[in-house]
Amino acid sequence: MSLTPQLVLLEEDQRQILDVAERLVRDANAKAVYLVDKNGQLVAEAGELKGIDTTSLASLVAGNIAASGGLAKLIGEEEFPTHFHQGERDNVHITLVAQRIILAVIFDDRSSLGLVRLRVKKAGNKLSELFDAIFKRAESELGDNVESPFAEISEEDIDNLFSD
Amino acid sequence: MAFINYSAREINCKLVYYGPGLCGKTTNLKCIYERTANDAKGKMISLATETERTLFFDFLPLALGEIRGFKTRFHLYTVPGQVFYDASRKLILKGVDGVVFVADSQEERFEANIESIENLRDNLTEQGFDIAQLPWVIQYNKRDLPNAMPLEELREALNPTGKIPEFEAEASNGKGVFETLKALAKLVLAELKKGGK
Repeated sequence: MSLTPQLVLLEEDQRQILDVAERLVRDANAKAVYLVDKNGQLVAEAGELKGIDTTSLASLVAGNIAASGGLAKLIGEEEFPTHFHQGERDNVHITLVAQRIILAVIFDDRSSLGLVRLRVKKAGNKLSELFDAIFKRAESELGDNVESPFAEISEEDIDNLFSD
Repeated sequence: MAFINYSAREINCKLVYYGPGLCGKTTNLKCIYERTANDAKGKMISLATETERTLFFDFLPLALGEIRGFKTRFHLYTVPGQVFYDASRKLILKGVDGVVFVADSQEERFEANIESIENLRDNLTEQGFDIAQLPWVIQYNKRDLPNAMPLEELREALNPTGKIPEFEAEASNGKGVFETLKALAKLVLAELKKGGK
């Protein structure tokens, strides 16, 4: 129905993605790393920022990328693949990987923009590889060995969600 | 598109409230926010102008419960209704799983409804969606106002085939708001079921 395939993450995918995110937190001396689908859904998080509202964060990061992407097209650019927001204490570095996933790194003065950029580049390559494979699999309709949990939902299951 | 996370055992769907300016999209979300239990909702975000007109979007995450061991989450968005925010509307429609078209029942907004539903159709087509395939419902809002048009006339213009599920609503007092949301959520889940193997 849509041009973009559905994003389906298996446990193995999640583990590999998380590995890269955790390594990036360490290598870049970052406070936190978030991976967000362009549609605003949080895919993975790593780092020390506990208790932050990650659902809102994901939606706003995606809105930010969407708005600047629209702006880019308006002036004849395909996309602005890198964003940097500088705050008094914390900064946010945002990049796009595999055209569809947003990598947001939050860091303070224990790190530097140069270091973050360097480490993001390396992690970005690895993440691109992982997500390319995930999307490729989604295009081939998940492969035959993965069963969708939704094939067997009944009308009753759906009704039960709303029985309040 | 829905995001299925097998590791976290979660399914996330994106629902968008569409419609002409001031038809009550944000009011729908506010009402849902106010009447949902704290453990089932996240923070509502409104990116609005100083005069409380939606500038980019409103966002409200809801957790509905579990289906076959999967947590079911819906992310509700509104678009800015004013005509000149079309670029923003297109961005918000990206990756949508289902749409509520909120129509303003007032007679003087009749043309605006038609313009908005055509705009929805165009913007979906532009992104490779076929509105005939997408789960969507229509909500005739503001039924309580004295200048509300007869339902038949609205239906004839906005839902001529009668195939799209439709609901009357008064979002300002909550009437019809949850009926609309539930109907769309069910359609979206039914669509996922169809897509599953």
